[in-house]
Amino acid sequence: MDMLTLLIVIPVLTVAGILFCKDFKQVRVVAAIGMSLQLILSIVVAVSYLNERLAGNDALVLFSQKYIWFQSLNIHYFIGVDGVAVAMILLTAIVIFSGVFASWHVEHQTKEFFASLILLSSGVFGFFISLDLFTMFLFYEIAVIPMYLLIGIWGSGPKEYAAMKLTLMLMGGSALLLVGLLGIYFNSAPDGGALTFNILEIAKVHIPVEAQRLFFPLTFLGFGVLGALFPFHTWSPDGHASAPTAVSMLHAGVLMKLGGYGCYKVAIFLLPDGAKELGWIFIILTGISVIYGAFGAVVQKDLKYINAYSSVSHCGLVLFALLMFNKTAMTGAILQMVSHGLMCALFFGLIGMIYGRTHTRMIDQMGGIMKVMPFLGVAYVICGMASLGLPGLSGFVAEMTIFFGAFQHTDMFHRVATVVACASIVVTAVYILRALGIMLFGPIKDEHFLHLTDATWEERLTVITLLVAIIGVGTAPLWLSDMIGDSLNIVIARIL
Amino acid sequence: MRLEEFLLMRHELVLCAVIVLILLAELFAGKGTRTSIIYFSIGIFLLNVVAGFIPTTYGSIFGGMYRTWELVVDMKNILNVGVFVVLLQSAKWLQTEENEGKATEFILLLLSTLLGMFFMISSGDFLMFYLGLELATIPIAALAAYEKHKEQSAEAGIKLILLAGLSSGITLFGISMLYGTNGSIFFGEVEQTFVAGNLQVLGFIFFLSGLAFKISLVPFHLWTADVYEGAPINVTSYLSVISKGAAVFILLILLFTVFRSITVMWTDMLYAIAILTMTIGNLFAIRQQNLKRFLAFSSIAQAGFILLGLIGGSVLGMTSVVYFVMIYIFSNLGAFGVISAISVYTGKENMDDYNGLYQTNPKLSLVLMLSLFSLAGIPPVAGFFGKFFLFAAAAQKGYYLLVIIATLNATISLYYYLLVVKAMFINKNEQPVPYFKSDNLTRIGIIICVAGMLVIGFASGIWDYLHSISFGI
Repeated sequence: MDMLTLLIVIPVLTVAGILFCKDFKQVRVVAAIGMSLQLILSIVVAVSYLNERLAGNDALVLFSQKYIWFQSLNIHYFIGVDGVAVAMILLTAIVIFSGVFASWHVEHQTKEFFASLILLSSGVFGFFISLDLFTMFLFYEIAVIPMYLLIGIWGSGPKEYAAMKLTLMLMGGSALLLVGLLGIYFNSAPDGGALTFNILEIAKVHIPVEAQRLFFPLTFLGFGVLGALFPFHTWSPDGHASAPTAVSMLHAGVLMKLGGYGCYKVAIFLLPDGAKELGWIFIILTGISVIYGAFGAVVQKDLKYINAYSSVSHCGLVLFALLMFNKTAMTGAILQMVSHGLMCALFFGLIGMIYGRTHTRMIDQMGGIMKVMPFLGVAYVICGMASLGLPGLSGFVAEMTIFFGAFQHTDMFHRVATVVACASIVVTAVYILRALGIMLFGPIKDEHFLHLTDATWEERLTVITLLVAIIGVGTAPLWLSDMIGDSLNIVIARIL
Repeated sequence: MRLEEFLLMRHELVLCAVIVLILLAELFAGKGTRTSIIYFSIGIFLLNVVAGFIPTTYGSIFGGMYRTWELVVDMKNILNVGVFVVLLQSAKWLQTEENEGKATEFILLLLSTLLGMFFMISSGDFLMFYLGLELATIPIAALAAYEKHKEQSAEAGIKLILLAGLSSGITLFGISMLYGTNGSIFFGEVEQTFVAGNLQVLGFIFFLSGLAFKISLVPFHLWTADVYEGAPINVTSYLSVISKGAAVFILLILLFTVFRSITVMWTDMLYAIAILTMTIGNLFAIRQQNLKRFLAFSSIAQAGFILLGLIGGSVLGMTSVVYFVMIYIFSNLGAFGVISAISVYTGKENMDDYNGLYQTNPKLSLVLMLSLFSLAGIPPVAGFFGKFFLFAAAAQKGYYLLVIIATLNATISLYYYLLVVKAMFINKNEQPVPYFKSDNLTRIGIIICVAGMLVIGFASGIWDYLHSISFGI
């Protein structure tokens, strides 16, 4: 079996293993083993990808495998990775690995929890390696639906409402997406010949412009809902706030990236003319996402809501940068996906750990966390710094690249949009520093906070894994941005 | 007539033999052997199902009144399997005390309607079609009124027989117009002479209304909810799955052959009906508390989706309709299997009763969840593939607006399917449905459904095979 298929098979086998476990201790051990293997495999994929490239292999996608599935419709099981997909696979593996350790103490229906969580991750991996629109869509839906149960059963607060809202909005998005994909399929052979779902084949032909005008918005919107595109972002704050820790981590960290990745890989790559013509509408919408998300975060008092709105802002930035259609900005967009994925996972992980001790997520009820939990406090500070773009951490690399690329446009519209989006950095600083100041350094408001303990070993493992990745990307970003940038060349070539 | 020609009707002949054998068994069986008759019937019907898969020849007999070809044989096999599952799921219910002594009647009536459906699908002229239709309808009314001590059941029966009679009358009226204007009742000849004159189109509309009643398309759906709720649960599942499937099959065949010259016209009609059916079915399903009514309205919505494939009018359209009906049979029977088991063992049928079901009956909850996901079109279960291809069939002809409406409707339908999932997995309940161990036949019935849902989608060979024997307009 090839390496990439293993990325789907390991989670599925892990789920199967989990179902045979007797108690919750066995379950989490099996889950941990499975996801560790998955992390190792992802690193192997990344390393061998880089080696192949070094050796001069400049094929569009590497490690590709193609098996015919539905013959009469020309549907294939077609997988392969480029630099962007490798980055996403690494991100997913890191986040799900740390997510398993972050949910070490889920004791209510542990088996079902880990099974759904890991099933979801198999959908995500499948999505990132697919090169056939049909299989891609299949994995996309597999990744979305377990969310309902994960939030509905193990969530907190208005969990049923949040779970239903999230599921329906994402499925509504995928309803539009489905139409977009069918539109692409039935226009995939304008000069005659067999219709195809194969992304690489479609990228060679020129879909009629009228069709692109129709299907670009549908596809972009369909994926954009998952990328928290304004005004379809409203599922995100409620969903993230109600979800259990690991699910928030995975959802904000990885699942929202499905949206950005799909916008880039399907909407922009396959429908470049439509993107060029109608991109401005979405630049405005994503610009609103960026600013609105940031201001939304300022007024929130609940830590999870702060981060959920900050996610809207940061993910908006991803879509914003993708629509700039130049290599620098788009590389920045992918870097931002990685950076935000790591950051957000860490944030939600830390919030979960802090909440587990203080039993509140309201910042005005907390204070002095730094004194009683120095490890978690320091990690939170680093994470906050990454979020507001301190040099040396991943956020800086990504945002710098994005704004640098976006400002390369010389026309008024793009420049204004860039300046507006750029302003979000300042607002980000406001809500991050405010939360840090009150929660970590303020006076201790509650006697019982004095007796709280610092992180346990599995929590430290979660935090350190993500911190290492954030600092790694922040200090040595070149290998990553080169890997991403090289794969973007073909997209840029198509759109210019 | 030579024997080989006669054997073209193998499906019907074998089924007739099965019916006669069961009748004889009933005659000679003693009083204490009621249960064994049920087992005997299921066993002998299994033989009938297997016999259906033996390769056969195709052709037409009785001067073209009866036709059979590969696709028709496959349709009959699909229905056969479905009825087999229904029988398995009814076995336990038939053994209850109140049904003591009339179990055989249930089976006989059920199989007679199946026989009617076979003749209907295979018909080569309107006469045979009408005979098949009536044979497929009248016994169902008796079945709906099967629980004669229940007022609701009797009401369902009388509603069904009156409305079905009315719709048959309308169909017949349409047929008479078609005969009057074409001078023939043979499908082949009508197809040649059909020129879309006013009277012919009127005849077609009447004819379509009759079939639309069987498939419960809006605005001919009003009988559905009451009959589904009143009838015994296994009859409901039979009505909503097998009966509807057979009607879809014959509509498919007729639209693609006899009425091909007015494709433009019926496409427009079905376009409007499809939107109405999906939307109204969905909106009503949202508000249902009784699970039988709930599935009744959801099955109306599903019928709306099926029309998308018909509208395609292409090879892809025909394949996707047959394929979807097959998947729909497994999915809906899976859902009904669970609901019927719970109803038989605990007597509970309301959505509130399902609160916390996962705590006590995890396996049944999972099956019901899978079935509902399949109905909603969520992967990895087969419903996803079925819906995707139906939508593809409509998109192929450029009906993107219709596809958008349909996909949004699919999202609405997901909402109410999730309500049941929520009840089972998330809601708490002081007194959930107690744990029970279901009997083997029920289990086999459910396992067949689950296997069908999990396999049909991924086994692309089934799709490709159906595609190879389908035809477009």
